[in-house]
Amino acid sequence: MTAAIEAADLVKTYPGDVRALDGLGLEVQAGTIFGLLGPNGAGKSTTVKILTTLTRPDSGSAAVAGEDVLREPDRVRRAIGVVAQRSGVDPDATGRENLTLAGQLYGMSGGPLTEQVDALLERFGLADAGGRLARTYSGGMQRKLDVAMGLVHRPQVLFLDEPTTGLDPEARADMWQEISHLAAEEGLTILLTTHYLEEADRLARRLAIVDRGRVVASGTPEELKGQLRGDAVQIELAEAPTATPAGSHVVSPQDSAPTNGRATELLAGVEGLREVVLDGRSLRARADAGAVALPAALAALEGAGIAVASATVARPSLDDVYLRHTGRAFGGTDEPR
Amino acid sequence: MSSSALAPPWHMTQRKLRALLRQPWYLALTLVQPIIWLLLFGALFRRIIEIPGFHGGSYIDFLTPGIVVMTALFSSGWNGMGMLNDLDRGVLDRFLVSPVRRWPLIAGPLIQVAIVVVIQSLIVVALGLLVGATFPGGVRGVLVLVGVSVLLGAALAGISNGIALLARREETLIAAVNFIVLPLTFLSATFMQENLIPAWIREIARFNPVNWAVQAGRSALSASPDWGLVASRSAYLLALTVVCGWFATRAFQAYQRSI
Repeated sequence: MTAAIEAADLVKTYPGDVRALDGLGLEVQAGTIFGLLGPNGAGKSTTVKILTTLTRPDSGSAAVAGEDVLREPDRVRRAIGVVAQRSGVDPDATGRENLTLAGQLYGMSGGPLTEQVDALLERFGLADAGGRLARTYSGGMQRKLDVAMGLVHRPQVLFLDEPTTGLDPEARADMWQEISHLAAEEGLTILLTTHYLEEADRLARRLAIVDRGRVVASGTPEELKGQLRGDAVQIELAEAPTATPAGSHVVSPQDSAPTNGRATELLAGVEGLREVVLDGRSLRARADAGAVALPAALAALEGAGIAVASATVARPSLDDVYLRHTGRAFGGTDEPR
Repeated sequence: MSSSALAPPWHMTQRKLRALLRQPWYLALTLVQPIIWLLLFGALFRRIIEIPGFHGGSYIDFLTPGIVVMTALFSSGWNGMGMLNDLDRGVLDRFLVSPVRRWPLIAGPLIQVAIVVVIQSLIVVALGLLVGATFPGGVRGVLVLVGVSVLLGAALAGISNGIALLARREETLIAAVNFIVLPLTFLSATFMQENLIPAWIREIARFNPVNWAVQAGRSALSASPDWGLVASRSAYLLALTVVCGWFATRAFQAYQRSI
């Protein structure tokens, strides 16, 4: 396996002492989807701008498709396709004209270009709309046209900067399918930035969590979640434990009423359960193997006469990973559902 | 043609022209406006020829080349707006991450301006003839007039695009263009014969590209053109156009450094 994208120690500052990148580095294996995950302003787009030769870093180095982005920007440009966050579709031209011009920029012409444009319009479901001005397209159609324009010259490496931001759930699902297809069937290397945890989880083989211009964690989604060591176990009690101090929701075992302490103590005594926390009627804990620990936990509660309403075991999510590595809850409030 | 070095600028020009043709109202107004100026200013200043010291001909004879130059100036000043739009929509960034060179990105809009200026100029000249102007310089004179107008328009379009890339704000571009266009028009012999304008304006006009174009065009259309003057003014304008085009092309670097 060779690296299709390599970046090391990238630093980029903007006037006003804004440090957009603070030593960011990453490596993407050829033919895989790599997710760059982080909230707005973390430095994802700046990284893409540097890797696609749009702007230069203050220091650091990067190579894409084996070419140095600073010394051989032209060679890099020939090897990459870019779908930026800001569309790039010319609204005053038709879909077909947009695609044709995109191909012409790479020196394509004549029959091969026409065939490629037709094929892309067909593939992205835009064949009927190809003759219409792009300003009449829906958001999802424009985004598809954007991706098609990034593919017209058959790049080796594709950059997708927040490809599904602002799309409705259906269009987002379409786009996900298309992106997976590109890497799986066509061997494209894809660097995808997103602030949707679910998107990174579903699409990326490896990902890096970016925070304040640095990579704070990287690995496969499974590895990252695995670092949390354990599943989340949640048990809802049928009744709130008695004598909860007024105004308090989170109750620690030390200062709570007897029943609270009881329930938490009972769970803490169950083998394999850690970090037991009571929150109102919910008991939360972590377990190396949640499915094994849960029956024991339920038995312990039942034996003490504490009624249980429901119980769940969940694999840790990237939300948890993000929280752990940045010390902050993930900012994205408009998570895809 | 697609494999030649001229393909990229042509593709950029094509894109601009197509967008222009899709705005029939804008296009119609662009073409009608110089007609209104010619008739309006022609009527307003008709009696200027009665001022002692104004020699020969009708005011329309005198005014027509001035309106041609002024039209070129006005229609090219706003060219940077297209660049701003491309910038806002991300179209420009897409061009910049492709292997296309920087100069065709400027050459495209400049060629589009040139084509519009040629058409506008011919319309004004035709209308001038229609309302009774006579141009002893003939076709050759008209070609010179159109040529210098194209150069002036391209130069200003270059400045306009450069400012758009540097300032990246519509307000700044509007203010800058207004600041340039109107003073340049009036600090020249566009409406008034050179020997009748105040000495200080005449001094300034010597360095005014609008005046270079008016002088060259008017002289070429006269019965006895001063070819030395025509050649020197055309050369100044050509140099200016090259400098402005270079400035606009360099402005991409400033833009890319800032993002």
